[in-house]
Amino acid sequence: MREWPLWEVFVRSRRGLSHVHVGSLHAPDAEMALRNARDLYTRRQEGVSLWVVPAAEIVASTPDQGAAFFDPADDKVYRHPTFYDVPEGVEHL
Amino acid sequence: MASVYGNDFGARAETSSDEPQSFLDLLAGEGRVEPRDEMPDAYRRTLVRQIAQHAHSEIIGMQPEGNWISRAPSLRRKAILMAKVQDEAGHGLYLYAAAETLGVDRADLLDQLHDGRQKYSSIFNYPTLTWADVGAIGWLVDGAAIVNQVPLCRCSYGPYARAMVRVCKEESFHQRQGFEILHTLSHGTPAQRAMAQDAVDRYWWPSLMMFGPPDDDSPNSAQSMAWGIKRFSNDDLRQRFVDMTVPQAEALGLTLPDPEIRWNEERGHYDFGEVDFTELFEVIKGHGPCNAQRMSHRVRAHEDGAWAREAASAYAQKQAQKQAEKQLVRTEGAA
Repeated sequence: MREWPLWEVFVRSRRGLSHVHVGSLHAPDAEMALRNARDLYTRRQEGVSLWVVPAAEIVASTPDQGAAFFDPADDKVYRHPTFYDVPEGVEHL
Repeated sequence: MASVYGNDFGARAETSSDEPQSFLDLLAGEGRVEPRDEMPDAYRRTLVRQIAQHAHSEIIGMQPEGNWISRAPSLRRKAILMAKVQDEAGHGLYLYAAAETLGVDRADLLDQLHDGRQKYSSIFNYPTLTWADVGAIGWLVDGAAIVNQVPLCRCSYGPYARAMVRVCKEESFHQRQGFEILHTLSHGTPAQRAMAQDAVDRYWWPSLMMFGPPDDDSPNSAQSMAWGIKRFSNDDLRQRFVDMTVPQAEALGLTLPDPEIRWNEERGHYDFGEVDFTELFEVIKGHGPCNAQRMSHRVRAHEDGAWAREAASAYAQKQAQKQAEKQLVRTEGAA
């Protein structure tokens, strides 16, 4: 068990929705990871589809680069519709 | 030293003088701390201990109820009890996974449980002598656990809080099935009724102990509250549990074994008698009725399961090897 890799589990709760991260588990291989994920995270019909992803394969941004990494979006308020003034009486815009 | 279903007490209070500004800002803004954020070592250690002991409590908690699976009075009750005990295993796994986000290994945490360095909730050191005890555990023990765990859904550490949301959703089924068992017994034959009353008599006080020592004897609470791990004091949670439970006992037609319970108009709460905390600390120290039995069963189950873990590893290895050989054949074929 000590050497079993960690898998991150994603569940699609119903058709039309994305898979959402629900937690993680240890399993020796992908097939066991899927079975364990079914038993652990969908005991109450929480899902119609499961993904298991080796945690080691996930590439993530780091919290300490957080602010700098995301700040290109900070000064672009014009990307939001509320930035624009709409003359009174104009509809469906 | 001991954790009571997500209530950390007994160990020396850890404090931290070196708290990163980003951490303090998160706490001040009621934000959530996530695994790779900067956090004080003492905060990390406290969480690891609390979450691990919470996880241990879930899996040790399978034993007293598992004791009755083969003797459940009907197929319906048996199916329900199996589902409940399976849930407890699941809760343990959610929590071990949450602890691992803090950089520890589940296998190490289990080692620490098995050699006694980490504890589990003292409530599981009481025996389940009759079928009614299964009802009392669901109603009272899970009821107390819910009162303790609901505020943890807002705990400052994200993965712990998220695990608790899942746990709490499942826990309400546990409490209701326990209540139903006792309701059936208390409306049954005089012997069944007596059995229900006896279970409540034995589980009432230990359930109140689950909230930990009184506030003035709970050195860790202040730090835990400052860190946003704990949201309410032990005594506040205990009072909340009593207020919830007294009317439920009336609905069951059972008596709680405390003659001092009465509604206090002025406080807007039920008054109740003094809890004997010497018993709690004796059980924590290992002198409860079932401490040795619980641990030896747990260690034996772990050792007996070794072949299954080894087989799963061997199978995975064999499949990986086969896959690699196929890959090699394909590559050579292409060359």
